[in-house]
Amino acid sequence: MDLYIPLFVAVPLGGAFLSAIIGHFLKRFGRIFTSVILAFLTGLSLFLIFTVREPLVLKVGGWELLGKIPIAIYMVIDGLSIYMLLIINLIGFLSAFYSISYMKKFTAENNYYTLFCIMTAGMNGVVISGDIFNIYVFMEMAAISSYALVAFGIEKEELEASFKYQVLGGMSSLFILLGIGLLYWSTSTLNIADVSRIIFSNGKSELIIFAQVILLAGFGLKAAMIPFHAWLPDAHSSAPSPISSMLSGVLIKAIGAYVILRLFFNMFAITYDVSLVITIIGTLSMVTGVLLAIGQWDIKRLLAYHSISQMGYVILGVGIGMLVLAKNGDRSVATLSIAGGLFHLFNHAVFKGLLFLNAGAVEYETGIRDMKKLGGLSEKMPVTASTSLSASMSISGIPPFNGFFSKLIIIIAAIQAGYYVLSILAVFVSIITLASFLKVQRFTFFNKKSSGLESSGISVREVPFTMCFSMIFLAVLCIVLSLMIIPSVREIILTPAVDVLVNAGKYSATVLGY
Amino acid sequence: MIIYLLCIFLFLVGLYGVVAKRNLIKIVIGLAIMEYSVNLFLILIGYVKGGAAPIRSGEMADKAFTNFVDPLPQAMVLTAIVIGLATTALLLAIAIRIYKKYGTFDIREIKNLKG
Repeated sequence: MDLYIPLFVAVPLGGAFLSAIIGHFLKRFGRIFTSVILAFLTGLSLFLIFTVREPLVLKVGGWELLGKIPIAIYMVIDGLSIYMLLIINLIGFLSAFYSISYMKKFTAENNYYTLFCIMTAGMNGVVISGDIFNIYVFMEMAAISSYALVAFGIEKEELEASFKYQVLGGMSSLFILLGIGLLYWSTSTLNIADVSRIIFSNGKSELIIFAQVILLAGFGLKAAMIPFHAWLPDAHSSAPSPISSMLSGVLIKAIGAYVILRLFFNMFAITYDVSLVITIIGTLSMVTGVLLAIGQWDIKRLLAYHSISQMGYVILGVGIGMLVLAKNGDRSVATLSIAGGLFHLFNHAVFKGLLFLNAGAVEYETGIRDMKKLGGLSEKMPVTASTSLSASMSISGIPPFNGFFSKLIIIIAAIQAGYYVLSILAVFVSIITLASFLKVQRFTFFNKKSSGLESSGISVREVPFTMCFSMIFLAVLCIVLSLMIIPSVREIILTPAVDVLVNAGKYSATVLGY
Repeated sequence: MIIYLLCIFLFLVGLYGVVAKRNLIKIVIGLAIMEYSVNLFLILIGYVKGGAAPIRSGEMADKAFTNFVDPLPQAMVLTAIVIGLATTALLLAIAIRIYKKYGTFDIREIKNLKG
């Protein structure tokens, strides 16, 4: 079983090199091969979800413990890792399949698929690695290929967005590297489980608190939490649409939110101060993101601002759980709250991925992103319009779609934990989200056909099969995922991931084995 | 102690370059300075005064010589330098493309995206 772990990095990396080399001779190689390997990895992560009960640990190179010092690089798959792997590879597969039609108008298609594979390999690597410096290396792999993918259109806007993204992303990487250095200075190890053991036995020094602040700033920048959000709307709206859906749906979670969860739950001991900071950052992102979003007229920019807001929900849910755990409160409340946050993380990947694919379909047919110039598309593009409607209802929390249940769980947990203000804010943000998606639906799909679209003489029809397939698949997932509230389904997928975070102290013992 | 402070000072010099300069190339140089300061910091962590290279061979293996410098930060810095190379190369490539499109390196004139 252990040997399945490196496949998540090795297969997409091999795919990247093959599509770069063979793509020279066979023009269509990259587009098919990328979808095939990502479908394989999705299947593999589903298989692991149903079979793995104990965490899998792979010691790279086979080096065993020397005394009590781990000298090998550890790769760990536990409940949270599998959960993230499923999200990454599923959304990655659907985006790659969508790209088959969408990317035909671009030149250098094979370079696109090469970068796509490297980005997926980097994200999978972050999720499976049990060593903090390895997380940095894989994170840079994913980040650098995403910088290049944002600039893929090489027009004015794309280049400017990519430069901004690179400068802020580079700064955040340096903060993270500095934090890793500080951590190594105070604990003399890089293994997450070993760092956690040393922090538990020696207590916290000021150096570790400083490292926590630096790491929170660095990964907060990667996750686009609110004081650090400036790059996200530009980068996510300028990229090609399947890439926007990958960036918004997966990248900010895999290299931002996931690492924050892993480090601050499993590595550092949970303290009240840090949990308070994380909750405040989550609340600020949730409220400010939606207020910035509602005034936007560019459809992809509006979606990008909503990503900030919805990630705020995830961090808020997890932060409330952390606060309850730090105060030694009721563990069932903490479990509920963290489950809500992680559930919303999956849901956001699905519906925001779908919304970006819809925006891409609209742009593919009309070439317009400004909602003032669009309208009346629901007759000509029934699949796009109906899938977009289901995603919009899901993101604004209308039952029976998945977004409703995860938001409900977060709100109930906030009330049970006694944070009434936060629960009222969450409801308030949900209402504004509904308002802004009513705007999207009305101006893009249901309004009368605008004069600008008619006079330009573009004949609008439904998008090709591969794009339709991805959108319909995700729209069905929007409803199917609400089955996660049924206990027997939840215990397979969500509960192992929540257990890793709630029983944060057990991580180091299970990974190190003593 | 003073050497760590100088290292942090170098980091701040780079940060000043990124935040205050308006030329794309100067911003890239600022980022590079920040990166060097972090690399220097990592090297300083592993440094032991009077320490030898961490290879146990030859005459070193006979003596009970334990005063080695820490090799792990050096390996980390090598990796970080390679990653920094990729970042800087991509940044410069994008900066050159921007110059071709806009005809300027001044960020005050490159502002199509806002709001």
